[in-house]
Amino acid sequence: MEEDMNAEKKPYITTSAARRDRGEHGRKTLSMPVRYAINGVLVLLFLVLGELMIDGGVISRYQSTVIEQVGVYIIMAVSLNIATGYLGQLPLGHAGFMSVGGYSCALFIMKMAPVFGLTSRTISAGGPEVVLLVALGLLFGGACSALAGLVIGIPALRLKGDYLAIITLGFAEIIRVVMLNIDGVLGFELTGGAKGLTGIPGYTNFLNTFVVVAIALFLIHTMMKSRHGRAILAIRDNEIAAEASGVNTTYYKTMAFVVSAFWAGVAGGLYAGCIGVMAPSKFGFMKSIEILVMVVLGGMGSMLGSVLSATVLTILPEALRAFSDYRMVVYAIVLILVMIFRPQGLLGTYDFSLSRVIERVMNHDYPWKKRAAKEVQENA
Amino acid sequence: MPNETSKRADVAPEPEKRRRPVLVQVEEPNLVTERDMGKMPVLQAQHLGIDFGGLTAVDDFNIAMGPTEIAGLIGPNGAGKTTIFNLLTNVYQPTRGTVLIDGYDTAGKSVVQVNKMGIARTFQNIRLFSQMTVEENVLVGFTNSMSSHLVTDIFRLPGHWRQEAEFHEKAQELLGIFDMQGLSDERAGNLPYGAQRRLEILRALATHPKVLLLDEPAAGMNPNETEELMDNIRKIRDDLHIAILLIEHDMSLVMGICEVVGVLDYGKIIAKGSPEDIQNDPRVIEAYLGKQGVK
Amino acid sequence: MTVLAQLLNGLQLGSVYALIALGYTMVYGIILLLNFAHGDIIMVGAYISWIALAQLGLHPIVAAILAVAGCTLLGVLIDKVAYAPLRNAPRLSILITAIGVSYFLENGAQLVFGADAKVVPAFTDITTIQVGDVTLYFTAILTIAVTAVSTIVLNLLVQKTKLGKAMRAVSEDMGAARLMGINVNNTISFTFAVGSALAGIGAVLYSMAYTQATPTMGIMLGTKAFVAAVLGGIGSIPGAVIGGLLVGMAEVLVSALGFPVWKDAVVYLLLIIVLIFRPTGILGRTMNEKV
Repeated sequence: MEEDMNAEKKPYITTSAARRDRGEHGRKTLSMPVRYAINGVLVLLFLVLGELMIDGGVISRYQSTVIEQVGVYIIMAVSLNIATGYLGQLPLGHAGFMSVGGYSCALFIMKMAPVFGLTSRTISAGGPEVVLLVALGLLFGGACSALAGLVIGIPALRLKGDYLAIITLGFAEIIRVVMLNIDGVLGFELTGGAKGLTGIPGYTNFLNTFVVVAIALFLIHTMMKSRHGRAILAIRDNEIAAEASGVNTTYYKTMAFVVSAFWAGVAGGLYAGCIGVMAPSKFGFMKSIEILVMVVLGGMGSMLGSVLSATVLTILPEALRAFSDYRMVVYAIVLILVMIFRPQGLLGTYDFSLSRVIERVMNHDYPWKKRAAKEVQENA
Repeated sequence: MPNETSKRADVAPEPEKRRRPVLVQVEEPNLVTERDMGKMPVLQAQHLGIDFGGLTAVDDFNIAMGPTEIAGLIGPNGAGKTTIFNLLTNVYQPTRGTVLIDGYDTAGKSVVQVNKMGIARTFQNIRLFSQMTVEENVLVGFTNSMSSHLVTDIFRLPGHWRQEAEFHEKAQELLGIFDMQGLSDERAGNLPYGAQRRLEILRALATHPKVLLLDEPAAGMNPNETEELMDNIRKIRDDLHIAILLIEHDMSLVMGICEVVGVLDYGKIIAKGSPEDIQNDPRVIEAYLGKQGVK
Repeated sequence: MTVLAQLLNGLQLGSVYALIALGYTMVYGIILLLNFAHGDIIMVGAYISWIALAQLGLHPIVAAILAVAGCTLLGVLIDKVAYAPLRNAPRLSILITAIGVSYFLENGAQLVFGADAKVVPAFTDITTIQVGDVTLYFTAILTIAVTAVSTIVLNLLVQKTKLGKAMRAVSEDMGAARLMGINVNNTISFTFAVGSALAGIGAVLYSMAYTQATPTMGIMLGTKAFVAAVLGGIGSIPGAVIGGLLVGMAEVLVSALGFPVWKDAVVYLLLIIVLIFRPTGILGRTMNEKV
């Protein structure tokens, strides 16, 4: 019976004329493999250049640690952007996921190193086993954090707006208190309590940090450009309409939240290897706010914005160490001024695509041309 | 469209077990259009009602729509028309009564599940995904028809490209209904009002509904646009073979395309019949104009 | 005896939270802003008390008045400078601005007063009062009494006066209130003034009991009071009081049972459980979006 009904249906009205109208035929475009090749080469170039500068001593040990942290905060900001910019929620507990990922990754690597026949010293030296161990550790950290995201997301995502904000804040604070006091309950040393988890091998370096950054940016980008990403954006734009259009809002909200937590966990894993000490006090409410500020300053929903503001806001405090007394006051004032004069963030929702720029050049289609044409039209 | 059959199949598992006895339309059998005679109604509601804290917003609402019927729901502001749409789509859980889509009971189903069962709608106050492009809006409607796994999508495996290309074509076909292909990459929020209303209809159609509910589709349109919309609503019905139920204040549209019209006042159907009957029904004139209007 | 003492302890701490939570709730009720800087207003109030008592040697009552007046002024100033330009901006931008103000106050205080704690001298020599054979701490009784009176006055203000009516109108529908001839900006400023005055009272009572002022004291106090406001149902005045008392009692109870390190976790757990069962807090109104 149902088959019959469908057989009756004609296909939707034809389109070739319309596609010609859109000018898709005359326009030169880059094929997907070419786009990937361009971006891949650029990433490779960046990695090689960075490595050479570090090896050649152009970048000091201290500076390279700061650069690693830039990478960590890029992942933090971009992952929070999934929940804030794309999903349109306001979680205030992102640092909680970072700490879950950091502790679990560091503990995993510390406990598993002997299995791989490695010691603290040999881990920093590198080698194929180290790559495998670190990759597994980061995945483990991300997975633990994603699990925490799931546990938190299910009750939290039932709430709306500011209630979601406060409940995530609450969860993150609970995570912090648990990390602080869990050893006393367990009866053996796991997190090291208030003095922190020490003796974490320095498994994080420039190369693995930015390889992970590139992977994270790529995978988050591809997710957002798929049906899953569209569903997430639809929920942000209009939750009721999304539901009526068949988008399972609970599922996609939870998914966005879990993916966001996963990458925060991976970033936490890198952070632990970079700093070498994990202490619960580092992952309080203020850290979550710091990351939120990065996302909002860069522009909600703009990946490039998150990357840029995470970079600037990580380097600037380090660069201004000499003025440490005043820098936070200045930072606060700048924050207020940016919000007053540019409430949508520095980049708004603009996102950069190198391929799009190249295509424009190939088609001699420059923004100023369009403007000129418009003026001609208006004058006529 | 082979894909469609498979999609329908997983919407309705074990049909024999879950199918409820079909409600038979007994009252006013003359209302069924000839075309749909003898076919199972695609949308039925019986004794549907909802109370908001003691206030009865809708009471004893009955409807049975043939698979290709165009029906209209009119009534003064606040009569409960939109509430009926919300009841049919489970945005509000009904206090009383049953809704069947293609014979399946929607009781206890979520808005998404009811949509999958075959009901799609537009909104009185336009609810587009305004930051997304026109094509993306339609693609969101296809979410459940697309089957790619998250892993396929994020690693951009061949399945991802195949599917994106396929649904790009389908979206373009849908946009063709209203000649909107040229606007594909425009942000939905930047469209003029009339185009936004049309896009909402297309997004609803992308979910492959059996019944389409239109909430004031002609609101804010000029007479020319309304005329065009009427043709397009008929075209959608003829091409896609779906039933359409619409709420509208524009009488030229209601009288021009609806085969059956129901009049709602204070949450109750006060008259039901062909457009001609309704236009001459004293109860309808009273509801709209008050007692003095009836001469 | 100890039970009574702990009960009073809980009520005292809860009262301070309640006073601060009232400020959160009022501001949220009128412009839907989580005013992150609210906690830092208390910090400023504590520093004003310290300056007035320890540096200038003023009379305690004068010091208390100065602290409350200072907080009130500061609250209005913050609204005029930082929030008023953003009335029509996205809500998240105003939230970030509030965070900016909070950073500014904290770091400004650190710059001016240094990071170490300042000891606020006692406001009064009376430490205990004797009721029959029961000894009660004077500050506890004073705190509870002042909170009770403040809440009653606030309630009268909101329910009975013209300004209160204007506040309720603006919180229902800002646009409609403006059309009815209500001066929306003044009403919002007045709300900030009242909320900050309550924070000032809270600051005085807090420094009486805990005698310390540090640049970061506002974060913890503010966050707890914020939790209290949400717990009670943000936007609701009785809700803020109930929430404050609940949080205070929960903290004291957990500490008294011998788990002081877990008290924060318990407070947040309480919040989560309440929100799971009542998604808008104990007395919060459910707002359904019209479809």
